[in-house]
Amino acid sequence: MTQQSPAAVAEPVQDRTLVLNMGPQHPSTHGVLRLVLEIDGETVVRIMPEIGFLHTGIEKTCEAKFYQQVVPLTDRIDYLCPMTNNLAYCLAVEKLLGLEIPPKAQWIRVLFNELTRINSHLVWLGTHAMDLGAMTVFLYCFREREDILRFFEMVSGQRMMTSYFRIGGLALEPPLGLFEKVKAFADPFPANVDEYEGLLTGNPIFMMRTKGVARLSAEDAIALGAGGPTLRASGVDIDLRRDAPYTGYENFKFKVPLASEGDVFARYVCRVQELRESINIVQQALAGMPEGPIKADAPKVVLPDREKMKTQMEALIYHFKIITEGFAVPAGEVYQAVESPRGEMGYYIVSDGTAKPYRVHMRGPSFANLQTLAKMCAGQLIADVVAAIGSIDIVLGDVDR
Amino acid sequence: MALAPAITGIEQLKEHPALARLLEWNPAAVEAAKFDRDELTLWINRGSIREACAILRDDADCPFNYLCDLTCVDWYPSEPRFEVVYHLLSIPKKERVRLKVRLDGSSPVIESVTSVWPAANNYEREVFDLFGVRFTGHPHLERIMMPDDWEGHPLRKDYPVEGYR
Repeated sequence: MTQQSPAAVAEPVQDRTLVLNMGPQHPSTHGVLRLVLEIDGETVVRIMPEIGFLHTGIEKTCEAKFYQQVVPLTDRIDYLCPMTNNLAYCLAVEKLLGLEIPPKAQWIRVLFNELTRINSHLVWLGTHAMDLGAMTVFLYCFREREDILRFFEMVSGQRMMTSYFRIGGLALEPPLGLFEKVKAFADPFPANVDEYEGLLTGNPIFMMRTKGVARLSAEDAIALGAGGPTLRASGVDIDLRRDAPYTGYENFKFKVPLASEGDVFARYVCRVQELRESINIVQQALAGMPEGPIKADAPKVVLPDREKMKTQMEALIYHFKIITEGFAVPAGEVYQAVESPRGEMGYYIVSDGTAKPYRVHMRGPSFANLQTLAKMCAGQLIADVVAAIGSIDIVLGDVDR
Repeated sequence: MALAPAITGIEQLKEHPALARLLEWNPAAVEAAKFDRDELTLWINRGSIREACAILRDDADCPFNYLCDLTCVDWYPSEPRFEVVYHLLSIPKKERVRLKVRLDGSSPVIESVTSVWPAANNYEREVFDLFGVRFTGHPHLERIMMPDDWEGHPLRKDYPVEGYR
């Protein structure tokens, strides 16, 4: 920033308070978040988040791209759950087009969406525990996360920016032996979660740092637009996978973990339970994986298979047209929300009937969750601010877009 | 799966809880209604938006108590140029509704809904920053994404994708 922002030069409101800057280069802010704290001794009086350091204008960029070219941009928004972003965007465009997705593609989407959730929660658990002084958990979590990233690499060739879900289905058929490998990962995973819990759940230091810290009531959580585990830990029973099922979630049985205390520990409990539920969904997806195509039958929208393109004139023409001209999407607007690891991730897309979106807006769950921080931290100690930031699990790419 | 034709008109859609509640309160507040791709859109009179939001939030049968999203669409060069878009969710009933307010390009000003949902604070700042729509009654209406001394509003359609050089 070229100019000092008003928050930075804000005068303290009381005589005995002090304005302290935290971030944007601070390890516990999980990215480039800057907090301006007004403190009275060790107690936080006021907290003002400053964001925008990672703003890249993705929404503007989307307006200049064809619909299919936006998919790789969505990976980069919430970089800890790329597949969830892909899914939300693809579902929104498919809703605009009125496209039906074959069952196998839907089940693989569910499978990878849940693996993404586990991946994201593992990064959260590791870094959150490390913020609170428990180093070992980080190493354990990243051990399992590495396995998941290998699955991503197997299907898409990329560890993080996967772009595996495409409009109308999936990019590629998953490689042979993938499902066996995922099963070999999923079977012992609950024991791994036991291991993390063994290090944290009953740990007196961890409990002292988290229980009763940074409370958020259900009313405040709703009013401030919190989402996901942050909302559920305050006792609000909502999960879009269950309440507004998309991409075939209605075929899966799972529980929605809830807690009522609304403190850092409650959020921790909710997310750890979600790890167990997600691996349960992964197991169900593997057990019931249907056979069939992985792309919708819509040659004007979905790229043809490589083999067909080399042998069939029509496929070649469609391929050429999609790549050079894109495909027109009927005019209209949709808002498609999915349950990301952090809460409601919504894509609002306005189409004017051309091959480029007129407007794409991403409702980032982190952007909403960040607003709860000021409420949570008022009256808490500075050390608890670190615990609170960790507990709302923000990703700055998702906040700033 | 072919697209079902959109249903337009307040009369045809008055069964929906959100529209029914608003018509019961003030029929003049709702300008138009549309049901397309399983989503209901209501165009609200510019002066009534804050009260309409409060009415929907406090509805006894189907409270739309959660503001999912607040954003804006620029229809440059046509007028009215801006459409401010509110996405509401009813957590108890799992219903959704989209509210829209049309604004002129010459003076895009609208009442803030931060008093109804504190969540609107960041969203309205973002719309102000990127579209230049002003929200009256907002407690802290300043740029949020762009630097404070930035010129122009990047998400406006007359702002070039590469920026001004």
